[in-house]
Amino acid sequence: MSTRTRHKILLLDDDHELVELYREMLGRLPSQPEIFTATSGARAIALLESRSFSLLISDLNMPKMDGLQVLTIVRRKYPQLRTAVMTSVVDAQFRTRAYAMGIDLFLEKPNTGQEINFFIDCIESLLDRETDTGGFRGVQSKSLVDIIQLECLSQSSSVLKVTNGALAGRVWFKNGDLIDAETQELKGEPAFRKILSWKTGNFEILPAEPERNRTIFNSYQGLLLESAQALDEAKGRLPGGDGASGVAAESPLASLARFNGVEFIISISGADQKFDSWSAENPEQVSQWVRQTIQRFRSLGDSFQAGELNQLEGLGPQCHVAMVSKANADLCVGFHRSLSQDLVRDTMSKIVNQWDS
Amino acid sequence: MGLLNLLSRRGSGPGLMRLPTGSFTLDPSGRIVASTLPRSFPAVHVQQIGALVLATFRSAREAQIPLTELIADYAALRLTARELRGGAIIFLAPR
Repeated sequence: MSTRTRHKILLLDDDHELVELYREMLGRLPSQPEIFTATSGARAIALLESRSFSLLISDLNMPKMDGLQVLTIVRRKYPQLRTAVMTSVVDAQFRTRAYAMGIDLFLEKPNTGQEINFFIDCIESLLDRETDTGGFRGVQSKSLVDIIQLECLSQSSSVLKVTNGALAGRVWFKNGDLIDAETQELKGEPAFRKILSWKTGNFEILPAEPERNRTIFNSYQGLLLESAQALDEAKGRLPGGDGASGVAAESPLASLARFNGVEFIISISGADQKFDSWSAENPEQVSQWVRQTIQRFRSLGDSFQAGELNQLEGLGPQCHVAMVSKANADLCVGFHRSLSQDLVRDTMSKIVNQWDS
Repeated sequence: MGLLNLLSRRGSGPGLMRLPTGSFTLDPSGRIVASTLPRSFPAVHVQQIGALVLATFRSAREAQIPLTELIADYAALRLTARELRGGAIIFLAPR
């Protein structure tokens, strides 16, 4: 007898008849999930608060709170919850916006028997993927190491494209051998090690590039082992030492400030709103401004479902600034005014990646 | 087939709000003096954006980081605002 708990699916659509119909369809899924229904966004959110669900399937076009509004709240409050949109709104913009919010699946409401089967298959496959706390979206239950091993063991020739925030990397396989890797300015083994250090992200398998030159000659097992050891060692060196932030031998912000054109840096932790600064003239005042500005623009974006606020940039006659907010912390970097907007953006993305790691 | 007729019903609720493409200009008091935004985009949102942009330029000055241009990069929209003698011109471009 299986001890596995049944998945819970929450179905949100303002049309009562459709909700009942979908409930019946989903009830036939091989995994036999428990189906809960809601006909308004508010009811759906109340249900999500009351128990834990595996999947939310939401319509887009609904009165009062539309699907995008519900998804905005849900993605923020329940980032681990799988979300699917099922809609009759056939519009590329809404599809893009829904995916930009981080949904797992965007489906048009099925119209034919074949489409119903497809819909059921898609939902079953979504439920099959176990949720975890990190991992790579695409094959959620697999780590990047698993994916690389899979490619090698299956003697594949392919290109694995991995993205981690603004960073992107590629790993080339030829007949099961790992032959090259590249990310930003790194190539070969250093690039491979860098890519392996990313804990989350997305990946995509692209067609093989047979003409790619080989720069990696070590076995993939050796490289994976080496990288795992390096990561373990790095983990061992993490906090636990003197713990003094900002006054240590070298402030973490000082290492971010090595990038060309950086004039000051302020980081603000979300929970206690403490800030740490490097080279800022009036850090208290600026940190307050940063916190307030990010918060206001985030609420503005939420009010018309513009998606996550990725970055705020300001150009001025004295200096330029770029601000991001991640994992409950804000970062503001001041740049020399001579830097172009493109250079500010490019440098900021490198700084944010380093800050993330 | 009744079931498929039911499934193929389209657009039961009110229209979803599309993100607009266009620009609008504000005077220093926050009044909209020109706009190329579609009428379908609620005026209340236009006012909200305008007020926030002007307030941000103002608060940046107070924090001693005067700004002449502001870019808010959302997942589905880019908002670019340029200061215009106390007012602003704001461009909205969905991705």
